[in-house]
Amino acid sequence: MKFTQTLTAVATAGAMALLMSTAASAVTLNMMNGSEPGSIDPHKASGDWENRIIGDYIEGLMAEDANAEAIPGQAESYTISDDGLVYTFKLRDGIQWSDGEPVTAEDFVFAFQRLFNPATASEYAYLQFPIVNGSEIADGSVTDFNELGVKALDDKTVEITLEGPTPFFLQALTHYTAYPVPKHLIDKVGDQWTNVDNIVSNGPYSIKEWVPGSYIKSVKSETYWDAAKVQIDEVNYFVQDDLSAALSRYRAGEYDILTDIPSDQAEWIKTNLPGQDYFAPFLGIYYYVINQEKPPFDNPDVRKALSMAINRDVIGPDVLGTGELPMYGWVPEGTANYEGVAVYQPEWIGLSYEERVAEAKTIMEGLGYTASTPLQVQLKYNTNDNHQRIAVAISSMWEQIGVKTELFNSETAVHYDALRVGDFQIGRAGWLLDYSDPSNTLDLLRTGIAQGGETNWGNNYGRYSNPEFDSLMEQATKEQDLAARAALLGQAEKLAMDEYAAIPIYNYIAQNVVAPSVTGFVNNAADIHRTRWLTKTE
Amino acid sequence: MAGITGKDQVLTNYAKQLETLDAPKGRSLTQDAVRRLRRNKAAVLSIFVVLFIILFAFVGPYFLPWTYDKIDWSGIRKPPNFEAGHYAGTDQNGRDMLARIMQGTQMSLIVAMVATLVSVIIGVIYGAVAGYFGGKVDAVMMRFVDIMYALPYILFVIILVVIFGRNPVLLFVGIGCLEWLTMARIVRGQTLSLKEREFVEAAKAGGAKPWTIIMRHIVPNLTGPVVIYATLTIPEIILTESFLSYLGLGVQEPQTSLGTLISFGAPVAETLPWMLIGPAVVLVSLLLCLTYIGDGLRDALDPKDR
Amino acid sequence: MFGYAARRVLSALPVALIAVTACFFILRLAPGGPFDGERALPPQTLANLRAYYNLDLPLIQQYFIYVWGLVRGDFGPSMVYNDFTVSQMLAIGLPFTLMLGFTAFVIGTVVGLLAGSLSALYQNKLPDYVLVLLVMIGLVVPNFLIGSILQLVFGVYLGWFPAGGWQNGSIAHLVLPVTVLVLPHAGRTARLMRGSMIEVLGTNYVRTARSKGLGTRLILARHAIKPALLPVVSYLGPGLSYLLTGSLVVEQIFALPGIGRYFISAALNRDYGLVLGTTILYMFIILAVNLLVDIIYAWLDPKVRYN
Repeated sequence: MKFTQTLTAVATAGAMALLMSTAASAVTLNMMNGSEPGSIDPHKASGDWENRIIGDYIEGLMAEDANAEAIPGQAESYTISDDGLVYTFKLRDGIQWSDGEPVTAEDFVFAFQRLFNPATASEYAYLQFPIVNGSEIADGSVTDFNELGVKALDDKTVEITLEGPTPFFLQALTHYTAYPVPKHLIDKVGDQWTNVDNIVSNGPYSIKEWVPGSYIKSVKSETYWDAAKVQIDEVNYFVQDDLSAALSRYRAGEYDILTDIPSDQAEWIKTNLPGQDYFAPFLGIYYYVINQEKPPFDNPDVRKALSMAINRDVIGPDVLGTGELPMYGWVPEGTANYEGVAVYQPEWIGLSYEERVAEAKTIMEGLGYTASTPLQVQLKYNTNDNHQRIAVAISSMWEQIGVKTELFNSETAVHYDALRVGDFQIGRAGWLLDYSDPSNTLDLLRTGIAQGGETNWGNNYGRYSNPEFDSLMEQATKEQDLAARAALLGQAEKLAMDEYAAIPIYNYIAQNVVAPSVTGFVNNAADIHRTRWLTKTE
Repeated sequence: MAGITGKDQVLTNYAKQLETLDAPKGRSLTQDAVRRLRRNKAAVLSIFVVLFIILFAFVGPYFLPWTYDKIDWSGIRKPPNFEAGHYAGTDQNGRDMLARIMQGTQMSLIVAMVATLVSVIIGVIYGAVAGYFGGKVDAVMMRFVDIMYALPYILFVIILVVIFGRNPVLLFVGIGCLEWLTMARIVRGQTLSLKEREFVEAAKAGGAKPWTIIMRHIVPNLTGPVVIYATLTIPEIILTESFLSYLGLGVQEPQTSLGTLISFGAPVAETLPWMLIGPAVVLVSLLLCLTYIGDGLRDALDPKDR
Repeated sequence: MFGYAARRVLSALPVALIAVTACFFILRLAPGGPFDGERALPPQTLANLRAYYNLDLPLIQQYFIYVWGLVRGDFGPSMVYNDFTVSQMLAIGLPFTLMLGFTAFVIGTVVGLLAGSLSALYQNKLPDYVLVLLVMIGLVVPNFLIGSILQLVFGVYLGWFPAGGWQNGSIAHLVLPVTVLVLPHAGRTARLMRGSMIEVLGTNYVRTARSKGLGTRLILARHAIKPALLPVVSYLGPGLSYLLTGSLVVEQIFALPGIGRYFISAALNRDYGLVLGTTILYMFIILAVNLLVDIIYAWLDPKVRYN
């Protein structure tokens, strides 16, 4: 064994020397990307860590700029019909896949059909349900794929027809579910097209290497239409779940970008790595959902007391250390298509924390819950340091108003399973917006849909149901005028929040750490930072 | 993790020796052993330290101004502050570290006790049965133990804990099930030699059932090895529990254990060192001392004259 | 000799099968499945996914499909990593874990043997006390603690070694992880060697040799080592098992692409295929090494006359 060890040592030393010499000229970005990607097939992906990789090697009709706003991508221009239902896109000249095959409108039609195809079982297909017959194909009620509202008028023109006017549709098109896939390759090798040996790209980068558990390497694609502007030659997306180990490696210079930090270190990072901390709110809500099918939680006063007793101001800065902002409403500030609607605030916003606690206590006492006869509550959350800390803090806040909390944690899969079937009293949940529009979060509170004798509540775990709310949401989907639509949605939000449909706690904060040698990284509401906009000086 | 201190092999040798030796003679051996133990300075010192730690853990909390789960909103993540009564600082939730260290030590000791008890009970019964019945039964049972020895038990424990949730009882039982193998081996060895003794023959002649013989005559003579085993097992159990805590599968909030405290303190050792130093010092001293005591006991109770 | 080996192999197989079966059924009966996440999947999608992975079939049938696949070397699909089959992931991770494990194993055993022998030779004198203390500390400090400290001190502050990762083959990346694994193993081995050596040194055989004026301690050490080795050798099987368990933690902290990392995240995500696959692999490695050790022991044994 000793001989082979020496041999390996010599071989690796030699290889390293070789690597060093060739690598010196390429500009390489090393990104800590969190978890292992489950898939880099845009129709099978589901996490932001996969999105970072996919959005660099495939480009859709629309792309994101450094501010994560929609800009023309593979499409050069587009027109929208007057009724807002038909979008026509004209593709650029010369766009091609990295194996030389041209990108045609057929690729897009094929991609959308594959997205909705029940056999693909794409988890996120629902994001594109605004497209005519999208949801019908996905649930099998329509079997002829040609009925899908995506058509290739010719090789360079894509026409998309929608069920109703959808103001956020262009943004939805920047999502990976709207990406094209190489029809010619999939016809040949099927689902194996994402193998490193087969895979092709039409975006700024091409996937070169994939070592599971370790990293994915992408290199700049010379066939990309905007290749001239792409500055970074190589990007490595590293897998690392242990956040404090990741921070150590960042400090050792092995990572240029961290996409998450251990929250205890937030203060330390701000003090000791000045200018490298990119902490900014992004579109996501952290909330506690209350099961309204279980008394006494069906009583809105109980929910009101629970909400009032939470001191949201200390959670971000003190409990977490990263300064998340408190949230009382259901639509995060900065969400698009919500102009003219003031940020929701409850009627008791003017009271000091002590006054709120006093009032909450009075409410609970009126219902018979005191320190000696407390309301017993079980709080469920998924295993995570932060969720735990917040739960501990909030349960001590609730103790003041005569509520005794039992903490219960389980893995994410088990936790959400329990929420979904209603096996909980109070549970922690979070929602990251898929696109910037109030309907994305408000839809969470709609009454369930009757399906085959049962009600499917979807993500409305608390089973909040108010017909007036539902009707406001319905009206909004049909409303073309953006201002009127925003007003309707605003009314819906106020209705639900006044009744404490759920208890929002804070607005998520994106926590990125970026080395000083990297420029072009801009904080944005979607926390999307495509590598093509970044530069790195050695 | 089982076997971390090498106790398994050490004790297995011991077990082999016991097979061919006369059974311990009763009281005089104990006095002999105690004398030998007293001469082992490291062991004696360790006994005092362990007693001190036990006092610290179970009696200490009564002297502290803070309980382990009370949140001090004005002192989150603060270093030791004597005026505020936080002698060892506060954690990320604002809870007093000293109180938590005490509670954690309590929990670790309790887990260790219960798990040791579980493994002793299973091990003793299993080993005594195998040794007493001998022959085919013994061969099969021991073969089973041999093979189980080699399997990555910890993986099964992880799977079980993940599946059946964070049940503390399950935790004790699960860890206990990792450790009974060596006990079984030792007990079997001892039983094999014991069963040839006159008093066992007499019992058999008197018509006593095998079960009675095992429980009344054989088990009581096993105290020596069991005590050694128990003392050497506790460090392993505490380490196993800390390993599980690191993975997030150990003791749950608001309770804590030494392992949980360390796994929370290790990542922030640079910025919040007081979260790591206290628990680490207690853990390391506790385990070191227990190991010295166990070694001392083994040396003292060694059947071979030196 | 060969018969002995063959019999050991045969007796190990049924146990392996039982363990695999137990694992399979326990996992499947657990609450939560691989497709429960933060978002509720549309029922049709969920149905499609379950059909794709054969989750609709009766459990027994799934079991037989799985075992049949195993026999052919196919560990089935991973439910969380769509782009790889379990066999592919294991094939990539296994060589790494093996290399890490065996390197640490060899180094740890050698260091342990040396330390143990030295300790025994100088029993109850200063070198013994020092060595024993060092060994103990290596044993009682949890490995994730050692790992974090080493990473911080040598990786970040001193910068002598990379703080983690595995850039396709570099000794520097292995130093820290291997050290973390070596410490407890060397400690255990040293403890055993010391005890065993002390015993051998006290036997009549050695006393006779000494009284005959048989040269220096070194000569005695050479004579004493072979018999002293026996208990240590029989410990090596379980020793490797504990080492591999330790590698779970090491791979997490240093972000190394071995199969240990898959196991933990797979268990938490209920990725049945991957959990079963890694467990089975670990079992086979350990059973194989145990077999080897048993054979070595049997080979060593005839040479020892006096035990």
